[in-house]
Amino acid sequence: MTQHIVLDRVSKRFPPAKRGGDPIVAVDDVSLSIEQGEVFGIIGYSGAGKSTLVRLINQLEPVTEGAIRVGDVEISGLRGKALREQQTRIGMIFQRFNLLHSRTVAGNVAYPLEVVGVPRAERRRRVEELLEFVGLAGRADAYPEQLSGGQQQRVGIARALAANPQVLLADEATSALDPETTAEVLDLLARVNRELGVTIVVITHEMEVITRIADRVAVMEAGRVVETGSTYDVFTRPTTDVAKRFVATVVRALPEGDELVALRAQHEGRLFTISFTDEGASEARVFGALARAGVDFNLVHGGVDDIQGRVYGLLTIAVRGDAAAIDAALAQIGPGVTVEEQR
Amino acid sequence: MNELVQILPDLLEQTGIMLWIVAASLLFGGIGGLVVGTGLFVTRTGGVLQQPVVWWVLNVLVNTFRPIPFIIFLAAMQPLGRLVVGKGIGTEYAIFAIALAATFGIARIVEQNLVSIPSGVIEAARSTGASPWRIIRTVIIPEALGPLVLGFTFAIIAIVDMSAVAGLVGGQGLGNYAITYGYRQFDPVVTWSALVVIVIVVQLIQALGNLLARRILRR
Repeated sequence: MTQHIVLDRVSKRFPPAKRGGDPIVAVDDVSLSIEQGEVFGIIGYSGAGKSTLVRLINQLEPVTEGAIRVGDVEISGLRGKALREQQTRIGMIFQRFNLLHSRTVAGNVAYPLEVVGVPRAERRRRVEELLEFVGLAGRADAYPEQLSGGQQQRVGIARALAANPQVLLADEATSALDPETTAEVLDLLARVNRELGVTIVVITHEMEVITRIADRVAVMEAGRVVETGSTYDVFTRPTTDVAKRFVATVVRALPEGDELVALRAQHEGRLFTISFTDEGASEARVFGALARAGVDFNLVHGGVDDIQGRVYGLLTIAVRGDAAAIDAALAQIGPGVTVEEQR
Repeated sequence: MNELVQILPDLLEQTGIMLWIVAASLLFGGIGGLVVGTGLFVTRTGGVLQQPVVWWVLNVLVNTFRPIPFIIFLAAMQPLGRLVVGKGIGTEYAIFAIALAATFGIARIVEQNLVSIPSGVIEAARSTGASPWRIIRTVIIPEALGPLVLGFTFAIIAIVDMSAVAGLVGGQGLGNYAITYGYRQFDPVVTWSALVVIVIVVQLIQALGNLLARRILRR
């Protein structure tokens, strides 16, 4: 794996909203390294600075401090024509699709080809090929407003890929779409990554997007990257509060507060939370141990998730029976599974 | 009826002159307005050719000249007219003055229509590595074309209005005809004939503009 996009201590400050005020720090001393051919997710709440960060990568916004390298080129040092030439090698898709309404689907997809000076006949051939790839063959002459949101984003993807970029930046590309269409567009992005080998940077506030396609993820808060790692690791072992909150949106997290009180009221016995990752362990081992000890239990909360094809489980059970027998049974469970009592 | 037949040749001639004044002023004022209006839009903060000094100068120019009542503007621009078109009276000078006033008026109309383009569309074009000039040609103008056509239709009618006072500086046209031969010679037939012709011309222009805009907007 080679580094494809490297951000070295990058900051972006905007002028203050009113005279004499403090500048607005959108991105604060961020260093990241994105590998060739991976799907890298950046997640954060609105205002965390992730949309600004992605615009620094293709220099739609100049950096205030630090350096950004894409491939062999330090793009953050470029201006004018030299910068525009590098921008043709980085595709971008947007939350609102941003298609030209004065042009047909084919005209939109052809736009970047005109920019790089591809002759007309070859443009036509390439547009056809791209529309085929995104599943919109036959819609070449439609206008954007005649398409659904998902179709418009497919056009956006075809346009972004037209000039054969090595990098694709996706800025909240599925946030305006319904869950089903989101899944289709994410599948398409995964294909772009797999079949064309394009490095993809995905900006989102939706954890499902990350779990579905990102190999690695950076969590942003207040302009800083607070946590980075493989999607699976950040998922199963989030360390910061903000990462934990995002994880909780997709994984049925530990019962807390009122939820825990309600569970106690509904179920007799002691509450235990079992967590396990895909290292050969599963809840079956816990259930087996309890059954052999002759204690009665039932599942009251939680679930098992699939993250990037790997398993992660977080289950809460209510166990009734002799306290010593329960403790003895749980003591033999062994590595790979963590059992914690909810007191 | 007899009188109507009598004045018809003059009426037609003056209508022709008015249309000539309107067409010529529209050509120069329209180009000028498009250039200045687009200039205002692209040089503003956050524009594709951000240039605060250029924006400031254009903005002050437009704000200074646009609100001047046209009849005063027409009189006041005589020295400039002598410099540019060689004279400060007559139809040619009137065309010059109208084109200049139209430039400032149309500039604002153009700017207002361009502001309504979603900024994301321009950003998408920038992300493909398109140059500012290409973005102006292939994104900014085409994306706002429907509203621009309606704005220009509005401007043409304002130019018809301005052309009516060309008589002040010795220019001809329907306005001058109605004042000189209708109003001053107590001949309401002339005045009303000129009025009817102008109303018809304006209606035709507006209908054409609406049709064109609807085509472009695909509605």
